[in-house]
Amino acid sequence: MKNVLLSLAIPCVMFVAGCGGSKTSESTPKEEAAAPAASAPAIDEANAATLTGKVSFTGDKPAMRNIDMSANPACARAHAGAPAKSEEVIVNDNGTLKNAFVWVKAGVPDRQWPVPTTPVDLAQKGCMYGPHVIGVMSNQDIKIVNSDPTNHNIHPLPKINQEWNESQPPNGDSKLKKFAREEVMIPVKCNVHPWMRSYIGVVNHPFFFVTGDDGTFTIKGLPPGKYTVEAWHEKYGTKDVEVTVAAKESKAVDFTFPGA
Amino acid sequence: MTSPWLHRYAVLWSFCTLFLVVAGGLVTSNDAGLSVPDWPLSYGSLMPPMEGNIFYEHGHRMVATTVGLLTIGMASWLARAEQRRWLRNLGWLALAAVIAQGVLGGMTVLFMLPKPVSIGHACLAQLFFSTTAAVALFTSRSWARGPRMVDDPGAPSLHWFALAASACIFLQLALGASARHKALGILPHVIGALVATGMVLWLTVRVLMRHADHHALRRSALAVLSITFLQVFLGIAAYMSRLATADAPQPMPVMVGFTVAHVATGALTLASSVILAIQIFRHVRRPLADLQPIGVAVPSA
Repeated sequence: MKNVLLSLAIPCVMFVAGCGGSKTSESTPKEEAAAPAASAPAIDEANAATLTGKVSFTGDKPAMRNIDMSANPACARAHAGAPAKSEEVIVNDNGTLKNAFVWVKAGVPDRQWPVPTTPVDLAQKGCMYGPHVIGVMSNQDIKIVNSDPTNHNIHPLPKINQEWNESQPPNGDSKLKKFAREEVMIPVKCNVHPWMRSYIGVVNHPFFFVTGDDGTFTIKGLPPGKYTVEAWHEKYGTKDVEVTVAAKESKAVDFTFPGA
Repeated sequence: MTSPWLHRYAVLWSFCTLFLVVAGGLVTSNDAGLSVPDWPLSYGSLMPPMEGNIFYEHGHRMVATTVGLLTIGMASWLARAEQRRWLRNLGWLALAAVIAQGVLGGMTVLFMLPKPVSIGHACLAQLFFSTTAAVALFTSRSWARGPRMVDDPGAPSLHWFALAASACIFLQLALGASARHKALGILPHVIGALVATGMVLWLTVRVLMRHADHHALRRSALAVLSITFLQVFLGIAAYMSRLATADAPQPMPVMVGFTVAHVATGALTLASSVILAIQIFRHVRRPLADLQPIGVAVPSA
């Protein structure tokens, strides 16, 4: 009988723990805070180099798959005119890839780069994350907003940073979150709507770019030096390029991802 | 004499538990496990809006609560009305198992699907369902009629064979859960399927060849054999549908349907093998070679 009572006591303890642990918070994870932006040395604009280029795609352009949102009428209504499409692969009209994350993977001087005080927005609208891919600096705020008339949960799946999973009610208050450590990339899911997926690139410096509708990128303010530049794509993986830039030099670096 | 209503209640309890296994399978296949980030409440309430995957996760919790209440009822009923002490204890064991299962389910939510906990939750579900099926058998009228003993000479003994088959099927279910929760690849599960199917074939063919005129043994063996073949088919279908829909932006109904059917039939496979093992232990005399090593007195001829 004692064992039975003990067994009954365990879920009671879990109940109490669960009530405490389930509270959502606007605060950031308990990880090391960044040094104040004001104390960090500014980028030497006078001698800075620039990398430009594009992320190209070769092969047959894959069809963007329709998403079935019928499981949640509030989501389906937002796309009543035309079904939402998967954003896994978006090939632009000029044959380039949208949502590629280009960043300087190695060679950047080890210093405390200034962290922007402006948060990067991650929206939930029409039951889709937008933008599909974002880049932030370590300890830079990410402002997460739910504009939908339905519940979402935001669930990043980092391997290096701390994992968390929080709900956000319809039109609820925005959340400010940050990741302390460099990690490329962190997938973000909404388990309520399993088609919702986003990726966050967290970098210790400001030298990164997410390609848009023209597939090009520009990385400014690089100190002269030798670097490894990487382009990441959700479906096609990564490609690295070695590049050396002199002071004030502007250099072109292109990436090409072959399709299936 | 056990009340027929107790048996009917046990059958209902067992069906509800199988439905709970289906509900749990729907949660995993739809990737809904963390759609409700809090536990034991859901979005801070007892009844959140049943939208999107919240329907699967909170629905699973509601069915689990129902099965928990039914288990309390079963344990209490057995404690009050059942004369067999071991069966009363089995009722308490089932209650402890369902509480442990609830705690494991809560831990999967609060700790965001740690693989050992998720796999443990899946395996305990299978064991719990087999327990409910066994209680349904123990409270049945056919059980009350008593055993009809038969001999089964030869080695290895049918008893050890039956235990080994059930253990093998349970291990196979654990490998399946490990693959499902991405702790292992699919290969160990495929190899396990070959071994488990081979064991079931060997056991059931031996029972059917030697004891086809024994109603309880024949019926139990046929049940295990047919469910196992259905399970192999569903396993292949689940894997093929997963491959076919790998590029889909969300879990597709064909994959979810076959996978959940595979999970539920896995529970039926284990439960039917446990029932067959119980029937073998009840109706087949144990060979002398089995009894002597464990110190059972054997009368001289």
